[in-house]
Amino acid sequence: MAQLTYRQAVAAALAQEMERDPRVVLLGEDISSGGVFKTTLGLRERFGERRVRDTPISEQAIVGAAMGAAMAGLRPVAEIMFSDFYATCWDQVVNEIAKARYMTGGQLSLPLVIRGANGGGLGFGSQHSQAAENWAMCVPGLKIVAPAHPADMLGLLAAAIRDDDPVLVFEHKALYGGKADCPDGEHVVPLGQAALRRTGNDMTLVGLGLTAGTCERAADTLAGHGVAADVLDLRTLVPLDAAAVLASVRRTGRIVIVEENPGQLGWGASIAALVAEEAFHHLVSPVARVSGGNVPLPVAAPLEAEVSVSPERVVAAALGLLRPATAGSISAPGLI
Amino acid sequence: MGAEECTVTTDASTSRPADSGTGTALRLYERMVFIRHFLTKVDVLYRQGRVRGPAHLGIGQEAIAVGGASVLGEHDQSIGTYRGHAHALARGASAEAVLRELTGRDGGICAGKGGSMHITSAEHGYYGSYAIVGAHLPIACGLAWANVLHGNDRVTMCFFGDGAVNIGAFHEAVNLAAVWQLPVVFVCENNQYMEYTPIAEVIPVARPAADRAAGYGLDAVVVDGNDVLAVREVLGEAVARARDGGGPALIEASTYRMCGHSCADPGAYRPAEEVADWATRDPLLRQAGVLAASGVAEADIAGVSARVAAEVDELAARVLAAPAPNPATAWTDMWSDGTSTWRN
Repeated sequence: MAQLTYRQAVAAALAQEMERDPRVVLLGEDISSGGVFKTTLGLRERFGERRVRDTPISEQAIVGAAMGAAMAGLRPVAEIMFSDFYATCWDQVVNEIAKARYMTGGQLSLPLVIRGANGGGLGFGSQHSQAAENWAMCVPGLKIVAPAHPADMLGLLAAAIRDDDPVLVFEHKALYGGKADCPDGEHVVPLGQAALRRTGNDMTLVGLGLTAGTCERAADTLAGHGVAADVLDLRTLVPLDAAAVLASVRRTGRIVIVEENPGQLGWGASIAALVAEEAFHHLVSPVARVSGGNVPLPVAAPLEAEVSVSPERVVAAALGLLRPATAGSISAPGLI
Repeated sequence: MGAEECTVTTDASTSRPADSGTGTALRLYERMVFIRHFLTKVDVLYRQGRVRGPAHLGIGQEAIAVGGASVLGEHDQSIGTYRGHAHALARGASAEAVLRELTGRDGGICAGKGGSMHITSAEHGYYGSYAIVGAHLPIACGLAWANVLHGNDRVTMCFFGDGAVNIGAFHEAVNLAAVWQLPVVFVCENNQYMEYTPIAEVIPVARPAADRAAGYGLDAVVVDGNDVLAVREVLGEAVARARDGGGPALIEASTYRMCGHSCADPGAYRPAEEVADWATRDPLLRQAGVLAASGVAEADIAGVSARVAAEVDELAARVLAAPAPNPATAWTDMWSDGTSTWRN
């Protein structure tokens, strides 16, 4: 079993799929030299400039070209350097890519991946730090992947490339340096299957991408308080493994949903609604949510930390669920 | 590549060797006449409340769709805008399936999910009509890029309106095509109006596409878009060059929308003398003149229109008698597995 960093896992997944399928091609800004996060390092040398193609700073062209190439039988993987930049090509993503198969009655097929660096925590400021996976969730026709660990980065990106539908893969930039064991040989993790990272019958913690790790660390702290928590790493928002969430919360009766983006209309709200609609009678406490704050992300470390999720906030929200309820108070303790 | 001036038009009183075959000239004419009658029928059906949603007609612009399609091979790709009925039909899409789509009947070419603005016939190489202005130009680059990577000699032809030259996607796409030397032919149908506003009021140059070509190292090419033979010649040359690895072309075809922006728009903002002037340059009249000059009998030319009119009437009657689609099909074909499920 090899140890790979999360960023190396990106390149490993791309190489694995480019090796097995000549239709897989890469395009994006600066990718031939490895890209600003060094996620495509070595691929141009290995697969050549025809298949690893630098583009202008031109997100509409990048994403649109990926779409056209997919329609014509390739399996392009486009890089959007920072997911904030989706805003510059959002038309291509939501109006063209998400809808082309449906609105042509299934005539067009778009097996493409758009991947890039997502999320905050590194002081990149409000235009290079957003957790944008939430933007895509309200658009029918897009699959959404956000790996939390190197092995999942490898396996989920591989699955995304093999998928016949458009998949957006959100790589968390704060996770790129993390190293962990990755399976040897070909590794593919099916889309739509949450991973149970910790098990415990007292409550369920749900996270995605960066916040999956936040939940794991919170669960370890909670264990010291004698609280045993399930930690569910959703891994994909679409398709959503709702069954895994419902099964866990029906057993534990409590849930804390942890998302990096601001809480209003966050994906966590959908999970909360799901639990309210389909597991309400199993709940023994209100649903709790911990989310990013409703401000553009600031840069100074204490300011960014102030409005970001943390294990401590998750622990506080979790312990709040275990205190006797105060009549009339059902405010979610962790929502900021 | 230099930015050389090149304006092509033909004299209706002459015919050139490449297109002098009366057969070709007649086929082009018949195709244009069919599309004209089809679009006119759509306008009637719209006014009868039988077309759902907006419909944008290319009446007056048929020569560009027909001339362009005539120089594409079976496996070449084309792609267009919400004013795309003519382009789908010109590539060979089933007129019945298109009309079923427009009228919301079962068997629509997009299964009732696209409507007037998204007519697509992938099996005929027409990769869709896109209703966000300019959005499909980058997509055309992708189609062309795939041709390069597949190592085939296919060419992509991308039609768009004059209004699209003011949107970012136009510039991103033409730049990428030029930098990557993609086999794509961009065809700007300059119908003089971006929607309701004259294009001249919203561009700082005289020619919407041609005057921007130099910025991408491309030649400035203008063709008379109401002259199907000129369109055929100029687009044919561009396709041949792209096929031979010569890279992209940006061609501006001057034409006139002989109707409003959509069926809901009478186009009253167009000066009467302007409308009258362009009516004399109707691409169908022009091609009829070419046919007459080459010896085709007037009665035979007129017969085309009469025959096609009856054909379109029959088509419309058949389509209107068709059943509505099954509502349950609204849930199909979002994902490649045929479903639209987002959760388990």
